[in-house]
Parts: sequence; C-alpha cells; structure tokens
Amino acid sequence: MAIFLTKDSKVIVQGMTGATGMKHTKLMLGDGTNIVGGVNPRKAGTSVDFDGTEVPVFGSVAEAMEKTGADVSVLFVPPAFAKAAVVEAIDAEIPLAVVITEGIAVHDSAAFWAYAGSKGNKTRIIGPNCPGLITPGQSNAGIIPGDITKPGRIGLVSKSGTLTYQMMYELRDIGFSSAVGIGGDPVIGTTHIDALAAFEADPETDLIVMIGEIGGDAEERAADFIKANVTKPVVGYVAGFTAPEGKTMGHAGAIVSGSSGTAQAKKEALEAAGVKVGKTPTETAKLAREILGA
Amino acid sequence: MDLFEYQARDLFAKHGVPVLAGEVIDTPEAAREATERLGGKSVVKAQVKVGGRGKAGGVKLAATPDEAVARATDILGMDIKGHTVHKVMIAELSPEIEAEYYVSYLLDRTNRTFLAMASVQGGMDIEEVAEKTPEALAKVPVNAVDGVDIVKAREIVAQANFPADVAEGVAEALVTLWDTFVAEDALLVEVNPLVKTKDGRILALDGKVSLDENADFRQPEHEALEDKAAANPLEAAAKAKNLNYVKLDGEVGIIGNGAGLVMSTLDVVAYAGENHGNVKPANFLDIGGGASAEVMANGLEIILGDPDVKSVFVNVFGGITACDEVANGIVQALELLKSKGEEVTKPLVVRLDGNNAELGRKILSDANHPLVQRVDTMDGAADKAAELAAAAK
Repeated sequence: MAIFLTKDSKVIVQGMTGATGMKHTKLMLGDGTNIVGGVNPRKAGTSVDFDGTEVPVFGSVAEAMEKTGADVSVLFVPPAFAKAAVVEAIDAEIPLAVVITEGIAVHDSAAFWAYAGSKGNKTRIIGPNCPGLITPGQSNAGIIPGDITKPGRIGLVSKSGTLTYQMMYELRDIGFSSAVGIGGDPVIGTTHIDALAAFEADPETDLIVMIGEIGGDAEERAADFIKANVTKPVVGYVAGFTAPEGKTMGHAGAIVSGSSGTAQAKKEALEAAGVKVGKTPTETAKLAREILGA
Repeated sequence: MDLFEYQARDLFAKHGVPVLAGEVIDTPEAAREATERLGGKSVVKAQVKVGGRGKAGGVKLAATPDEAVARATDILGMDIKGHTVHKVMIAELSPEIEAEYYVSYLLDRTNRTFLAMASVQGGMDIEEVAEKTPEALAKVPVNAVDGVDIVKAREIVAQANFPADVAEGVAEALVTLWDTFVAEDALLVEVNPLVKTKDGRILALDGKVSLDENADFRQPEHEALEDKAAANPLEAAAKAKNLNYVKLDGEVGIIGNGAGLVMSTLDVVAYAGENHGNVKPANFLDIGGGASAEVMANGLEIILGDPDVKSVFVNVFGGITACDEVANGIVQALELLKSKGEEVTKPLVVRLDGNNAELGRKILSDANHPLVQRVDTMDGAADKAAELAAAAK
C-alpha cells in the first residue's frame, strides 16, 4: 500500500516536451512510473521516445485521460502558464495533479485553489513549488530521486524537497511507504493534515515523519490534528529557528511575520501533541529509528 | 516587497481609490515648490517602512511653503525605529476629519483564500484592535475567483457595521481597493485610516501595500518600486546574479542546495556555534538544483566578499544532481576565483551526501585544496565550520 500514488497509477505529464519535463519524464520512467502520455496542444498526435519507450503527446488533459485512463498529472509548466494548466487538469477532473512549478504568483495559486473548490474538489492538488511524491518501488510523480531508498514502513510529508531527500537518505535502510513533498508556497493544495490522515489510514505505514518550516500555521494545525486523530507515532522536524523576522528564506512561504510563523512555536505545538521533534535532521532520523526499534 | 506610503498612494490613485494629492521629495528645498503646488499648505510625512511615524515626530503640518522647508529639514535624516528618513511626502492637507476607519485585503494562508478586514475603529494599530476588541474587526473571506464587486463590498461594509451615511462610499472604495489588490498582484493592501471628512468625502489618508515578487514577470513596472538604495550591498549583488541570498549577522558563510536544507543548515550551525564561541550563520544562500561551477563560483564570490565571514560551510545533498558534478563545481569555482585574482583565504568545509557522494568526495580529496576540508556528515561539518570560524574570530 501507499498513499496517493501506486504502481497502478497512470501518469501524464503537462509540460513534458519542455527541457525540465523531458529530463524528469525520463527519470520517472526509469523509476518504474507508468507514464502514459504528455500534454502539449501544439505537439498533439506526435510522440516522444525515451530510450525506447514511446510516450504519446495529447492535445489536452481530457483527451489524454479519455485515451489512456490517466489518473495522475505531473505539471512542469512555467509559472506564467501554470494557472491555466492546473485549471485544465481540474476541468478534466483528473484525480491527482502534482504541481512542481516554482514561482507561481499567489493570486494564481489562490485562484486555482478556489476554482478546484468550486468544482467540488474532484482533483487533489499537490504543490505548487514541490518535489512531488514517490512510492518507492512502485511509482514516482515528480522530481524526488528514485534511488535514495527502498519500499518500507515510514511515511513522510514535507514542505521542503531537499530535506525530504536528506531524511529519506538518513532512513534509507528502513525504507518508505510514500514520501510526499507538499511544497513551500503560501498557498498549497495538499497539506500536512491531508497526508497525515492518509498515512494514518495506510496499513503499511508504521511511523510518520513530518517536516515543516517557518511561515504560516500549517504545523500548528497539523499538531491539533495529530492530537485528535493520529494513533501512529509521528516524528517531526522544523527548519528555520535562526531565520530573521520579515525575510523570505528561499521558499515564498517561508517567512516569519511579527511573532507568527516561528519555528519555536511550531516545535512547541508539535511536542504538545506528543510528537518527538528532532533538533537536526540526523537527530530526527535517530528518533524515528528508536521508535521503530530499527 | 513592502512599499513606501507614497508608492501605495500612487497605486491607489492609479486604480481609483480616493486619495489626496501628494508627491515625494528628498531635499528640503523641494518642499517649497511642492507645497506651493498644493496652494501653500501641506503635510510633511516621513517615508519609512515602519509604523508609528506620527508619534516619532515624522508627520508635521506646514502652514506656508517656508514652514514646509523647515519641517522637511527636521524630518529628512531623522531616525525612526532604526529607519533613516531619506524621503518625505508633501501631501495635500486633509479636510476636517469626522471619523477614521480601517480596511484591507490580504492573503489568509490558513484558509487558502483572500480576506477582507474592515473596522470602524481606524487610525490606530489594527493588531491592537484585533486583540482588545476583536468584535470591532470584521473578517470576511473573499474567494479569489469571485472577487469583490459592489454587492460583496456592501456585505463587508454591513459586517463591519459602518454607519448608513458612509456605507455606499466605503463600499465603492472597497471595490477600487480590490482592483488595486488584484491588478498589482499584491499580498496586502491596507488603508489606515480611511476617513470620512466633514464635507462628506471618503478618503484613503495612509496606506500599506506589499507586492508578490513571484508576479514580477507580468508586472514590469514593479521593478522601479524597489528601494535599491536600502538593500544590503551583498544582497543586491546576489540578486543581480539570481542567487537566493539573505544576509545574517554571524560568522559562518553558508551555501547549500534547496531552501529547506539551507534553513536547516543555518540552525545546525547555530547549535554547533553554542560550543564554539557562539558563532552564528552569516547568511542564507540557496544555489538550487543545478549547482554548476559558475553558480558555485558566484555564490562563493558573494560569501567570501562578506567581511563578517570567517569560515564557509558548503552543504549539498545530491538529489537529481550528482555530487561529483557539485565537487567539480567547487574545484572549478575556486580556480575561477583564483584566475579572477581573488585570493581565497577563508577555510571551506564541504559536506557532500546522496547521489554519487563517494565520487564527489574523491574529487575533493584528489584536488587537495589547502583550504578545503571534507566532513561527511551534516552535523559534523557544521561543528567543524563553527570551530574554524571561532578560531579566526
């Protein structure tokens, strides 16, 4: 089992024919992802050869779904066109849209999030500004390296890409059920809470690692959710204790505003919910290891 | 990006929010002509990106052009909460004020929607109003697709209990303020105070605007709004090279890949510093995924150019990027700097992990650069970098 993505997922790539899309489609195929098509209206009807795997290009998400039964779309569309691409995915009612694109204007992400809601939230959105998600040994939808670790018992949800990789690496011998990068933007689709709920329900996840960072109150709300709903052990890490107030630290959403959004407040909220929080990624991995007895 | 009041005023005017005349100047003498243009009287307002100007003496009335020059002389160069005043706005005198209100739009991250906030208790710190009399601050969610038309604006006005005689005027101002919010890709537009004058007008007397830099691709006019003079020179140099850099006040220069990992690196260095003379990270620098020799050289150049930096910690986890490429990048970057005549004299601690880490480490060992040390764990490398910085302090 896994969350959101399995070996049966049929994946299309919006923006596949661009440089980034080509590079990562090839890598995803190498990780065993069942990529059934790309979307580009100007290249519809053609196909792209990835080391012997022919991937057809469709004119729209709807057409790709109709012809292939695709149920996941990964988006590598540049920021200026990302909103239209996500809206297209929502209109086609694809069950999962993974928005890798970094640098989308907040008015655009707020608009596609509101639009998804107005259409009944039939499309789960992950991201934007995220590395996507991986179910090791089954499927990879995004840019997480597929060779860091193997299938296993840990579920991971993180705002940060590289900290996801770091944590998967620290715990590579134990392995992961799924790892989900939810992104570091102020407005994101899937939240820590959504992933926590899915991991709680996943019989093959024994422990959850949750990685947060400064900005907003997602970690505090996740802490409340854990307290009320999560029975599996959760280990946490929060980045940005040394971040100064009012400065954006790389991710558009990573900013301490006044006294809100601090790493300290997030850590305290998580600890109050019974989450063991590590001081460094390495210490966090150690805590996970202790709980699993591995 | 937060704007000055005069920039906010200009954007409000552009989108039809009712404002008074005003222009920005940076010499006392210019206050005379500006005041003459306003009919001989003006308000001289310090332009600083911090609240509480009035109390600090940064807002003064001038009854004549001469007085405006005198007030501008007083205010220019003044320090307000650590902000030096380099510009003042010469603004039209407001007609007599009957009431002060508050209105704003902002992003509500928690609910992933926009939020209208409105209160009939304007003119004071809105956080104080929210704390002491939360019932006096209406918070109305605004769907990003539907936006604010006059019907929605009336709903906001009703929820905030505006008096009937100003309700329609405030609602109209709310529509134009929403237009500003959307058209300028703002993260915040705030009017405080929005006033009702004795002659029955609704006017935005002071405002705050914060813009979304991710929207710069479709907002070509926003670049001119940047306060380039106030930017830290290292931050400006980094920005010119498209590097994601924030100057901090410590001694250990930091380079890493990925915003989360770099934030984490800062923390780990600060913890390590507790055992080494309390040294702290000197900066945030995320060189992103690629980490080519050129990007690495650009990053190193900025960091080594910071006189506060005593040691450098390069912390890279090879994800898609392979560590051998990163190691080559570091070696080439050091050669590149040398060929440019920039002698590297500060010690570098490099930690490489992940994809092709063994190869990368070997490249660094083979290069055998006298200033480069390899430490293969993040915590260990942070400790070494802190130790070296403390020794050089």
